Amino acid sequence: MSPAESSAADIESLQKAAKDKLDAHAYEMIQWHFHESTGSPFWLEKKSGLNFDPLKDIKCYDDIKKFPLFEDEWLRGGPINRWVPKGLAGKPVYVFETGGTTGIPKSRMVIEDHWRDYENFSDTLPEKYFPKGANWLMLGPSGPRRLRLAVEHLCQYRGGICFCIDLDPRWVVKLIKKGWMEHLEEYKKHCIDQVLTILSAGHDIKCMFATPKLLEGLCNALEEQGKTFKDTGITGIFSGGTEFTPQWTRFCVEEFFGGPPEESGIYMTPTYGNTLMGLACSKPVTAEDGYKISYYAPQPRAVTEVVSFEDPNEVVGYGETGRVKLTTLTNELFVPGFLERDEGEREKPFATYPWDGVSGVRPFHETASATTVGVY
Amino acid sequence: MLNIPVIRWGKPYDSLEIDDVLHFATGEPIAKVSQANAGIIARDLRQVSKARDTLRQIPCSEIIEILKKAADLYESATLPIGDGTQTPEEFAHQQSASTGLPEHMCRHNMSKNSFVLRNMNQILDCLTRGLDLNILTRGYGIEHRGVVLSYQAQASALSAVLPSNSPGVHTLWLPAIPLQMGLVLKPGPQEPWTPYRMMAAFTEAGIPKEVFAMYPGGPEAGAAVLNASERAMIFGGTPTVERYKGNPRVQAHGPGFSKILLGDDCVDDWEKYLDLMVESIYINSGRGCINCSGIWASRHTKEIAQAIAEKIGPIEAKPPTDPEAGLAAFTVPGMGKAVWGMIEADLKEAGVTDMTAQYGERLVEQERCSYLRPMVVHCNAPEREIAKKEYMFPFSTVVECPEDQMLAKIGPTLVCTGITNNQRLIDKLTDATHIDRLNIGPIPTSRLNWLQPHEGSIIDFLFRSRAYQVTEEAQAAL
Repeated sequence: MSPAESSAADIESLQKAAKDKLDAHAYEMIQWHFHESTGSPFWLEKKSGLNFDPLKDIKCYDDIKKFPLFEDEWLRGGPINRWVPKGLAGKPVYVFETGGTTGIPKSRMVIEDHWRDYENFSDTLPEKYFPKGANWLMLGPSGPRRLRLAVEHLCQYRGGICFCIDLDPRWVVKLIKKGWMEHLEEYKKHCIDQVLTILSAGHDIKCMFATPKLLEGLCNALEEQGKTFKDTGITGIFSGGTEFTPQWTRFCVEEFFGGPPEESGIYMTPTYGNTLMGLACSKPVTAEDGYKISYYAPQPRAVTEVVSFEDPNEVVGYGETGRVKLTTLTNELFVPGFLERDEGEREKPFATYPWDGVSGVRPFHETASATTVGVY
Repeated sequence: MLNIPVIRWGKPYDSLEIDDVLHFATGEPIAKVSQANAGIIARDLRQVSKARDTLRQIPCSEIIEILKKAADLYESATLPIGDGTQTPEEFAHQQSASTGLPEHMCRHNMSKNSFVLRNMNQILDCLTRGLDLNILTRGYGIEHRGVVLSYQAQASALSAVLPSNSPGVHTLWLPAIPLQMGLVLKPGPQEPWTPYRMMAAFTEAGIPKEVFAMYPGGPEAGAAVLNASERAMIFGGTPTVERYKGNPRVQAHGPGFSKILLGDDCVDDWEKYLDLMVESIYINSGRGCINCSGIWASRHTKEIAQAIAEKIGPIEAKPPTDPEAGLAAFTVPGMGKAVWGMIEADLKEAGVTDMTAQYGERLVEQERCSYLRPMVVHCNAPEREIAKKEYMFPFSTVVECPEDQMLAKIGPTLVCTGITNNQRLIDKLTDATHIDRLNIGPIPTSRLNWLQPHEGSIIDFLFRSRAYQVTEEAQAAL
C-alpha cells in the first residue's frame, strides 16, 4: 500500500505499534546501559548522580525525559573505554570522531552500530537505481570518520566494492576559517580529480555517496569536459547534510541529471545523520511536493523530535519550527536528548515511517553564523 | 506584493528559496525575492562569453544612444519588475522602505544614475582618453596618430556584489554594457531595486535581455559570483578590501576615509569653507565612501568643529517620506546601538571631545530601526583612535595636526580635498599614493566629476593594453 493510500486509521494503528515498539526498546536499552553487569563505566558513574533510579523509574520512552540533556562535550577526551558497555567487552571497537579542526575532537566508540544502521538504510534503497552487486564511489571524508567505513560497508553489504578518495575535512574547515578560498578551490579540484580518475578507470561504478558540494563540483567538472553526469553511468546517489535543500535538489535534478529519475535514470536520496545517530531517511523527494525533504529517524534505534527553542522537553506542533533533539538507543550507545546544531519543522508520520519526522533542516539560527560548513 | 525572480541571462527563474524584503519601519513585506543557489551561478557563468558576443553585434555608438533612452525610462517610466510594474515614485518609496534612506535621497540617486547613462559618451571618452571604442570591440585598431594598438578584453562580463546600504554605488557598473560586457549582479538583500529597474530600463530601451544575470542570495551567492567571474567588483568593509588586495580579478570597494585638509595658508579663513565641510559630511546622510569623515588642520580645529556642530548637531531624525529628512535609518536590528557603542568607547580617550554632545542624545532607537544623529568629534592629535574611524551616518572628526605631518598620518583616503594655494603642499598631495581622488581647492569631497575615474579606471580593469604588431600592408588596411 502506498503512503497516499493509507487511511488515517491505518496510520494511527501503525503509529501506535511503532510507539509500543519504541517504549519496549527504550525500557530494554535502559536496563542494559544501567545494569552493573552490562552498562558502560560512563553511565554507571552518572547513575549515582541521578535523583531517580533508571532501572526502576524508566518504563517507557517518555520517561527518558527524566535524564538531563546529553552534553556532547562529554565525548571530548578519554578514556574512550569508559563508553564501552561491559556487556560488549572484548569486541573489536572503532572510534569515530567529529570536529577536531582545532583541539580535541569528540569521539564516539562504535562496535557494529554503523553496520546495522547502514544495513537498515540499504533496505530503503530502490534496486532499480542501486543495483545489488554494483560498485560504489565514496565521495566524502576519509580519516577517522564513521561515514567512510559505513558507506564501504553499505556497498559490501549489497555485494559491491567501494572506491574512496582522500579528503581531509579538517583541512577544508581550516582553509575556510583562514579565508584561503583559492586553496579551498584547489583542494576541491584535487578531490574531484581523484574522482574523475577513478571514474575513468573502467570499474563499472553505478552508485555513490557524495556531499552536495562535491557532487556539484563533480557535475561542473564533467560539464567542463563536455560531458554530463549521466555519462558516468552512475544511477544511484545518496547524499546528506543541511546543505541538501529543496532548491539545491531541484537544481541538481533539473540541470545536472536532466530530469526526475523516471526520465534521467538517476535517483538521488537525501539523508540526515551524524556520528551519534544512525541515518535518518527521507520521504521520497518529488517536484510535485516542491522538492520538500522530510527526514525520519531509524526508530527505535534513534529518535528525533522537533522541540521548542525554550523548552527542550516540549515538542512543537506539526508544521511548527523547533530545534532537532536526538535520542540514541542502541546497545552500544545511549544518548538521552541531545540538542542538535540544527532546526527544522515537525512533520507528520506516514505509512513507511509511522513516527514524527523533520523537514527544512538547517543550522540552528542562534549558532548558524558561527558554524563553518565544510564539505559535508 | 512583488515577486522578484532570479534572472539567468535574461530568463526569469523562480527559486524555491525566497527572501522577504521588509519595510524597515513597519516590518511589512514589500517583495519576495527568489534566492539563487551557488550552483546556478557557477553553471550560468560558464556561458558568459555569449553575453559579450551578443553585445559586440551592436556598435558601442549605438549602445550609447540606447542608453540615453534607458536614462529617460529609468527616471520616468513605469517599468516591469518581477510579476508587477514599478513607477519612479514606487521605486523611491520601495528603496527608501527597505534601505532606510529618505525618499528624496532615493529620487536624487535616480537622477544621478540617469545622468551617468545620458552622458555615457563623454564619460567613456574621458575614461578611455579618447580611444575609438571600435578598438575595444575588435580588440585592436589604429588610432589617429597612426599607431596600431590593442586593448584586449579580460572578461566577457562585469560582475558586481552590491551592498544594501549605499544606492549611490550603482553608477560604477553602468559603463559595462556600452563597453559590450555582460552584467552579472548580486544585489544587496535590501536593495534589489536599482539593479532590477536598471535592467528593465536597458531592455525596454533595446539592449538584449540575455546579457543580464541577477543573482539575489546570501553570502554564498556573493562568493559564487566572485569565484566564477573573470572581473568582479565587491563592496564591503576593510576586511573585504584586505581579502581581495592584489587579486587582479576583483576590484574591492571599501570605506572611503575621505578627508578635507586645510593648508596653513588657508586655515585662518576656515569660515569661508564651512558650508563645503558641512556638505561633505552631511549630504546623502553621510552614507557614501565619498562623504568626509575627517577634517585636518594645524589650528582653529576646536572652532571649526564647534561651527560644524552648530550646523549639523541639531538635525533630528525624520520620517523617510519627509522632504526635509536628512538622516537614513539603520534598518539592521541592533546596528545603530552597536555603532554607538563603538563611538562611546572611543570618546573616553583623553584629547577627544564630542562637539555635538550639547545637542542631545545621538542614538535614537525606534521600534524596528534606529538613527544616529550627526556627530562632530574633535581630536587634539592624529593619534586618537577615533581619528581613523568612518561610520555610515554624518560623522566626522576634526583633527589637529601640523601641516608637515598630515600626509604621513592621514592614512588611506579615497577622496581628499586639499584647500591650499601652497604649491609645495599641492605637489605633495599630488604625489601621495594613498590618496585616490584628489580635489585641489574648495570642492566638497562628495561632489564627483563623472568624467574622472573612480577607484581605478574601469577600462584598465576590464581591458589590457598590449603590443599588437601587423605588417605595413595590414596596417594600411586598418
